[in-house]
Amino acid sequence: MADIDVSGGGGKKGPGVKKAKKLSTRVDMTPMVDLGFLLITFFIFSTTMAQPTAMQLIMPKDTENLEEQTKVKASGALTIMLGKSDGLYYYEGDDPTKIQNTNYKDIREVVINKKKSTKPEDFVVVIKPNDEANYKNVVAILDEMTINEVKKYALVPISPVENELLVATEKANNIQ
Amino acid sequence: MAKAKIVRKSTWVDMTAFVDVSFLILTFFILATKFKPVEPVEVKFPSSVSADKVPEMDAFMVTIDKDGRVFVQMDDPKARESIANNLNETRQMGLSPANIKAFTNAPSLGVPFAGMKELLSMDPEQQKNVRQPGIPVPDSTGGELYFWVRDAKSTYAGKKITWLIKADSETKFPVVRNVLEAFKRNDINKFQLVTKFQDAPVGTPLWNSREEIIKKAGGG
Repeated sequence: MADIDVSGGGGKKGPGVKKAKKLSTRVDMTPMVDLGFLLITFFIFSTTMAQPTAMQLIMPKDTENLEEQTKVKASGALTIMLGKSDGLYYYEGDDPTKIQNTNYKDIREVVINKKKSTKPEDFVVVIKPNDEANYKNVVAILDEMTINEVKKYALVPISPVENELLVATEKANNIQ
Repeated sequence: MAKAKIVRKSTWVDMTAFVDVSFLILTFFILATKFKPVEPVEVKFPSSVSADKVPEMDAFMVTIDKDGRVFVQMDDPKARESIANNLNETRQMGLSPANIKAFTNAPSLGVPFAGMKELLSMDPEQQKNVRQPGIPVPDSTGGELYFWVRDAKSTYAGKKITWLIKADSETKFPVVRNVLEAFKRNDINKFQLVTKFQDAPVGTPLWNSREEIIKKAGGG
């Protein structure tokens, strides 16, 4: 194939002596390399390395009965609200007007501080995404609960009052 | 004068080592990877610190793409067949046996009940090219997904089934909430969200406790 014949003519055999032809044992590997790399290319394109993982999510059961609903002590509650354009807001206790602006980096400190300053059995985080929040944000916040080992947290629909405050805060901060 | 002798050198390159390397890499790819499953839509899911593997058997998966289109996927063809029969009866879709067979062979579906017969009458190649509108989940009643989940629940009754939700990072939350609502109305409250693994940030409580587990395992 891609080589130049270097074997000289004849040998040093005398006349009349039959020349035994020496066959090379060298095998041309080029097609095999081609094939190997073709298969590698195929496997790279058609398979995946990353195995997806599963994140557990347990939702509270809807109940009309007020007595069955989980009571939350206002002093131990931290409400995190998710808005548009990755906006994040929170307030402590039960007064939504104390709304504060934060982001996905600083929320960890907020959660840890609150966790330290409240009794473990009272501490609960309430997560309220509004209609503008996206799925990535929700997962990020749920993940933050796992990261900070928050035992009690719940994903709850946002109330109209809170949503209004959230939108007002967004407007005040010029978030489009 | 002596003639200068031109030495002819061989251009033969020994490919053996090359073959060794290429097949080594090939073996690695065969062993370390998995074939990509057939996806109705491309979904870029977010990452989380969860390290649990997604179960492969007995799973009912709801896929949501970034436009909010909802698809259902079931791994077991038998379950698909039984769900198709159920839905056909309860929703009076008038599917022919051939349609049901087409449904059994389709890995995922995202059309309203009204458009199902039309989609299933196409041949598989055509089906792939159709842009499916998604299962309607308009509000918190769960829409048509409610009936899907209800039938899946009765089909898998007695088995341990995993409810998987795979949504795109950019999906708006209301769609996800409506999907969750469709499950909740069927008394299903435990879900697995499909995510990409990401290590816990250094210094956080989770990181600390994971380190401790590793230390204990190493020390003992």
